[in-house]
Amino acid sequence: MGARLAGALAVAALVALPPLLPKYHLEVLISVVFWAYLGIAWNLLGGYAGQFSFGHAAFFGIGAYTSTLLLLQAGLTPWMGMLLGGAVAAAFGLFEGYLSFRYGLKGPYFSLVTLAFAEMLRVVAVNTKAVGSSLGLVVPSAKAAPAMFMFSNKLPYYYIILVMGALALALTWKIGRSRLGFSLAAVRENEDAAEAAGVDALGMKLRAMALSSFLTALGGTFYAQYFAYIDPTITFGPAVSIGALLPAIVGGAGTVLGPVLGSFVLTPLSELTRFALRGRAGADIMLYGAILVLVISFLPQGLAGFVRDRRARVGPR
Amino acid sequence: MSLLEMTGLSKRFGGLLAVSGFDLALDAGEIVGLIGPNGAGKTTVFHLVSGFHSPTAGGIRFKGDSIVGLKPHAICRLGLTRTFQIVQPFAGLSVIENVMVGAFNREPDAAVARRLAGEIVEFVGLGPRRDVPARSLTLSDCKRLEMARGLATRPELLLLDEAMSGLNPTEIDEIIGLIRRIHAHGVSLLIIEHVMQAIMALSHRLVVLHHGEKLAEGAPGEVANNRRVIEAYLGEGA
Repeated sequence: MGARLAGALAVAALVALPPLLPKYHLEVLISVVFWAYLGIAWNLLGGYAGQFSFGHAAFFGIGAYTSTLLLLQAGLTPWMGMLLGGAVAAAFGLFEGYLSFRYGLKGPYFSLVTLAFAEMLRVVAVNTKAVGSSLGLVVPSAKAAPAMFMFSNKLPYYYIILVMGALALALTWKIGRSRLGFSLAAVRENEDAAEAAGVDALGMKLRAMALSSFLTALGGTFYAQYFAYIDPTITFGPAVSIGALLPAIVGGAGTVLGPVLGSFVLTPLSELTRFALRGRAGADIMLYGAILVLVISFLPQGLAGFVRDRRARVGPR
Repeated sequence: MSLLEMTGLSKRFGGLLAVSGFDLALDAGEIVGLIGPNGAGKTTVFHLVSGFHSPTAGGIRFKGDSIVGLKPHAICRLGLTRTFQIVQPFAGLSVIENVMVGAFNREPDAAVARRLAGEIVEFVGLGPRRDVPARSLTLSDCKRLEMARGLATRPELLLLDEAMSGLNPTEIDEIIGLIRRIHAHGVSLLIIEHVMQAIMALSHRLVVLHHGEKLAEGAPGEVANNRRVIEAYLGEGA
């Protein structure tokens, strides 16, 4: 079982090595796990249910703003605010999903609706004084207070996002083997045939929407606490929506480990291009984009699909 | 009480009256064949009964209760499902996984659903192909998969839409045998079929649809010799 051993070693390294890492490398690693986490959350809806959201920033921003506003206005710990933000995001996701799915919006039309909702929330946030408008909100971070989700160094944040990622991964794995997972796959593959086989397509898509938006909102709260600052463009902007879907698609949509593989390749890559082309604004994004085009052209099934095919070809049947 | 009963069923698409005042009753244990020239409205009847379209007028009762307005999955839950004329496999899933989706209709546990699906995959003769992705199946195997997925939902009434079209004579004989075995397990069937020798051999009763209206109904032998039916198929003066 080479794969199992490699997996165990990878997990051991992720748990044991970070305290030894220099600050910059730890930050990159946090970034890797963070985008992997968002990719896992996106994958439930986009990969398993096949409903391609282009606006997960809506849920991310709702999570970040809910917990931050509750902290600033009511002194509520973000640990609680995180769950409330998740609940608000899930409710918003159900609303968005019901509107879209009830009227049969699919494929690119659904993507456009999700993009529009995220942009709408961004514009609302920019124009609402009570949420800091375009200046955003500063999260207090002067002193460490674990009960308030505030720490004096980066390491605790790393372990928090690592646990969040592990739990989301376990949830995905469990769903993939359950009735829900099969029903979502059936809806993704052929909605009419799924209905004929007794699958409530609308209900299943809404379940995926609620789970995915809930998890994404938790990522929003993590972001707010970690960077101690949020504004409408960062949290509701397209960068988050794309950042959530890219690791899943490049890694392998609809596979458990796809988003993790994707983020471990993409996030360091984007750091490297930024480093290599520093001082030339935008050039790094162009290089990053070119590399993405190549990856997607040569690995249409994603990295997970590539690994699976290789193993199927060379490994014992 | 009939298992399935359609009364005055009509469906209009814009200016086209696809089905008009159609009546049909099917008893438990029956195999009824629905035949008619292309465009007669047969598949529209299936879409109406299985919940993919809602009728413009008329009623549909299954086991005595109206199913008009129910979604396909709810009708499937009641014990009525259908296959598709143009096969609709879950292409990215394996054969056994396709059938598991159907088995989950009555069985929430994944391990039990997998076992039930495995039995049905064997039953329809897809045993050797159980772990193959559905996209790589031949047409004949896709037709079997359609039936397996429908059977896995444990229906009382199964609607088969051209389960034999495009198959060669050997494959047709195999599918006829399979349909007989499905019926022997207590499943009633409503069948659309253009392969005449098959529908004559299988059906207890034939219903002929022409321009959306019922043209004739009766035992296969009578209907085949009905003057109006022959004219509908071959044109007047035949």
